[in-house]
Amino acid sequence: MKKEFIITIFTENHIGLLNRVTIVFTRRKVNIESLTVSESALPGISKFTIVINANEEQVVKIVGQIEKQIDVLKAFFHTNEEMIYQEIALYKVRTEELYKSDAIEKMARNAGARILEITKEYTVIEKTGHKEETQALFEELNQFKVMQFIRSGRVAITRDPIERLSEFLKERDAILNQVD
Amino acid sequence: MKQININNYKFLSSPPFGELEGTKTIDMSTKKVAGSEAVILSLLEEGVDTIFGYPGGAIMPVYDSLYDYGQKVKHVLTRHEQGAVHAAEGYAKVTGRAGVCFATSGPGATNLITGIADAMIDSIPLVCITGQVTSPLLGTDAFQESDVVGISMPVTKWNYQVTTPEEIPEAIAQAFYIAQSGRPGPVLLDITKDAQFGELDFEYKKCNKIRSYVPETPVDPFKVEEAAKLIDKSEKPMVLVGQGVIISNAEEEFKTFVEKAGLPVAWTLLGLSAFPTEHRLNVGMLGMHGNYGPNKLTNEADLIIAVGMRFDDRVTGKVSEYATNAKIIHIEIDPSEINKIVKADVPVLGDAKKVLSMLINNIKENYHESWLEEFRRCDVVEVEKVIEKDIQPTKEGLTMGEVVSMASEKSNHEAILVTDVGQQQMVASRYFKFKHSKSNVTSGGLGTMGYALPASMGAQLGAPDRTVVAVIGDGGFQMTIQELGTIWQNKLPVKIIILNNNFLGMVRQWQQLFFEKRYSFTELQNPDFITIAKGFGIDGHKVEKREGLEEGIQKMFAHEGPYLLEVVVEKEDNVFPMVPAGASVSDVILEP
Repeated sequence: MKKEFIITIFTENHIGLLNRVTIVFTRRKVNIESLTVSESALPGISKFTIVINANEEQVVKIVGQIEKQIDVLKAFFHTNEEMIYQEIALYKVRTEELYKSDAIEKMARNAGARILEITKEYTVIEKTGHKEETQALFEELNQFKVMQFIRSGRVAITRDPIERLSEFLKERDAILNQVD
Repeated sequence: MKQININNYKFLSSPPFGELEGTKTIDMSTKKVAGSEAVILSLLEEGVDTIFGYPGGAIMPVYDSLYDYGQKVKHVLTRHEQGAVHAAEGYAKVTGRAGVCFATSGPGATNLITGIADAMIDSIPLVCITGQVTSPLLGTDAFQESDVVGISMPVTKWNYQVTTPEEIPEAIAQAFYIAQSGRPGPVLLDITKDAQFGELDFEYKKCNKIRSYVPETPVDPFKVEEAAKLIDKSEKPMVLVGQGVIISNAEEEFKTFVEKAGLPVAWTLLGLSAFPTEHRLNVGMLGMHGNYGPNKLTNEADLIIAVGMRFDDRVTGKVSEYATNAKIIHIEIDPSEINKIVKADVPVLGDAKKVLSMLINNIKENYHESWLEEFRRCDVVEVEKVIEKDIQPTKEGLTMGEVVSMASEKSNHEAILVTDVGQQQMVASRYFKFKHSKSNVTSGGLGTMGYALPASMGAQLGAPDRTVVAVIGDGGFQMTIQELGTIWQNKLPVKIIILNNNFLGMVRQWQQLFFEKRYSFTELQNPDFITIAKGFGIDGHKVEKREGLEEGIQKMFAHEGPYLLEVVVEKEDNVFPMVPAGASVSDVILEP
């Protein structure tokens, strides 16, 4: 059974590594629904958050192949339930519409969104949340013709009390010392 | 301009196995050198003695530096970059060390790709060094620029582009470490021309650790115990030996292990030569054209012990009907192979040598004579239905089997066998016999036609004291035929046997069996191979009748230099046994 999985990958910050990671998906014809890469809490180590739709067996194999890449430190996978995650969306609407009625303001207020910038021509609204939530706001706002809309990739954090990476790096050092 | 060194020049055309005396001494203390010279010095630090390559614009500085080291390291100029990379594979297979090749940017680099992909799927350590356009020109569609790092990414264990001279020693050290450790594989370094021209303070430090890379996991003793328990209580165990045993030099441990527990041993195509052919526990080859017994009895075994193999689809046949009655122990160095195809009941991660050494102490002495007897009964059937007709035929036309079997015998089963891809590969793997490990060189996973001729050059250079026999079909031979020039120039005494059936035989066999004999573009009009060989200065002889076979083979082995023996074989012979594609291994057929 296919469902959404969040793959988290910790890597060295090396050129071309993104390509090496995505090749693993391409080769198995698995589409990436969302991808975010940025520096992790540890300097020099990048963190990838990738969302895919797949069955568990596929995910296990994909994660195995990703971990095999030389510059990858560790890859994990989780179901949505196991993680706290967010996406951020920006909406640009006509300021004119904002003044016509209080509809847009109400929508933003109900959705817990906030206004980032107001100019004569346009207003930019920001909302964080799950995809369904940012999508719902888009559909509401679109009654007034949203001029531009953008949604980020997912960022996610485990429900574990500690950052697994530092724990993992300690284990890794122990293994490397043992092999010598 | 550097002065031409006559000694260097002489070396290029003299026999390749002479004493190598250095002309340029290497000062191990820190010194300023060009990036290109740092490439050569780094290779020397890694103990490289042979490089296969082809020069061109973007790698010219490296070739210029190589000119000064002609007597410290041998460079073999192939006739095509594909020849260089396959030769490097052949070298790596027989030595266990990384094969090294050079190519220029653009077409030079892209010509390496087939060989790199071949090495990737067959776990062969390679260090490929390609020249690249000067760094300010990167991404501008400069002359002979191709994104070789991008192109080679899916087929390399690791690759890296070097754009400054200072990076060269460290990049090369990492390249060798990654290529040769853990599950080996090909590595590509792309070095821009400005990095080759620029200077650096040369200092070399071998790499033995990379934070993000664990070449092998320490063996878990509990898993070993668990495996030992299964082995001790198994009544019908079967060992599958793969290339992992050869790569980790675990042949002795493997032999002790199977002898102690009396385990029947079946081998994969790449596991061939890990275990002596004539050993009483050897039950034959696995897979699509393997032996009858090991295929048929896979579904009767109660325990499969897979050592350093990856359950390739050619081995398993239909996976859902594979080893249905057996528990599976999978001894494997690469964690991503565990449960990839076949679910392991007891996975044992680690280097085969270490795992087997521990396992030997954990298992009880045992024997399985009645179970072995079942394999022998299958052998009797196979001998009668297939083997006898293959190696002692009564029909007029020559068979591939009799040629290979005689070549093996006349070499006293001591030769290194290099095979191409197709019918001759399967027949040679079935009938050639081995006493020593690292003696079988073939393209397994990728099935690269044109592999054998160049790979045989690398095998010969890697094992100069051994006889190298290349068994090649008439189709594959013409894919890399130009390497006859390299064999000639380097006086490599390779014995080449062309099994000529005027067909792309394996494709024709499938057309016959599965496509109603519609022989779509598989018949070849071949040139006169002997005349071609002679044009390259290589002696040769054509055998068309059985009477001439023995003499032809003897003549070939007695000849001092390279020799080409063309044997005209039956046009439409098929390779059997056969597990039809998509069928279960136990549905192996012995005749059409």
